[in-house]
Amino acid sequence: MTPTDAPMQTTPSPIPAELDGPLCVAGRTLASRLIVGTGKYADFETMQKCLDASGAAAVTVAVRRERLYNDAGQSLLEFIDTDRFTILPNTAGCFDAQDAVRVARLGRELLDQLDNPGKDWVKLEVLADKKTLLPDPVGTLEATKELVADGFQVLCYTSDDPVMAGKLKEAGAASVMPAGSPIGSGQGVLNPSAIAIILEMLKDGDPDYPVIVDAGVGAASDVSVAMELGADGVLLNTAIAHAKDPLRMAHAMRCACAAGRLSFLGGRIPKKLYATASSPWDGVISYIPGE
Amino acid sequence: MPEITLNGEAKTVAASNVADLLRELGLDAQPVAVERNRAVAPKKQHPDTPVEPGDRIELVTLVGGG
Repeated sequence: MTPTDAPMQTTPSPIPAELDGPLCVAGRTLASRLIVGTGKYADFETMQKCLDASGAAAVTVAVRRERLYNDAGQSLLEFIDTDRFTILPNTAGCFDAQDAVRVARLGRELLDQLDNPGKDWVKLEVLADKKTLLPDPVGTLEATKELVADGFQVLCYTSDDPVMAGKLKEAGAASVMPAGSPIGSGQGVLNPSAIAIILEMLKDGDPDYPVIVDAGVGAASDVSVAMELGADGVLLNTAIAHAKDPLRMAHAMRCACAAGRLSFLGGRIPKKLYATASSPWDGVISYIPGE
Repeated sequence: MPEITLNGEAKTVAASNVADLLRELGLDAQPVAVERNRAVAPKKQHPDTPVEPGDRIELVTLVGGG
């Protein structure tokens, strides 16, 4: 039995359908608010199980040179059910706008051959340098404009700078995706206030505009934090792929995303300095200090 | 036979169009995107896209990524 023939368990969302709508990006709905990457797994079989366990409906992939002179071996696409997952090609590894545009177009050509719904989508990354992997804001904005003009739905990786996020939305990005912390760093959401401001600014008068926290997740609680702030989704890769037990972590991420979303929709109580009793004072038989 | 730069390396190939090039490399049966001199050559146009001396051709596919 080849991997693609293997029965694919569809892990359901922990959220009852009537309690939340789907994530909508660029006129398409995704059954999960979690988007996961396909990189850095020990092997494709583990990746396949983790994609399923995460409950994700969309997965990111990278565009790279075909290996011409050695046995290509297993191919990623043998392990991804392209009828099930929307494939979101990224421009990872690009350090200027022109290269990012080239890679986006090559990604579109590949997904066109697969007839995948993600074919007009791109996860745009224009990075500044290899060490920090921080986004280059100037190149990112330039590439966004060019790709939008070329008909792409641009899901745009950026820093947590609210001003930059506003400019990317204005340039036509289908979704702005601020980083919680540097890519692969596992530091979680370092500046929740900045993410909160981005959410408020980008959703002002446009409440359905999707903001997805992308990068920096280390543990499930980081996903919940992002979702509780009101993010529409979270995109992560390393936190599952490099976890000690990726499959358990994939399940944890699915639950954390649902928990954070429901907690946001449920509406948290205000923080107070002093305690408030959960049991009534009426009918207490004991001595109460100070009364 | 055209001498081209294929995925960053010099190579002499027999093919005179992109469809033949993919066949020559054994890549005609799998998803491969082709860029010729920094412009995408869509699959439908592979037979009509020439491979000429000095061309810079990139052949790419999808790999795991975040």
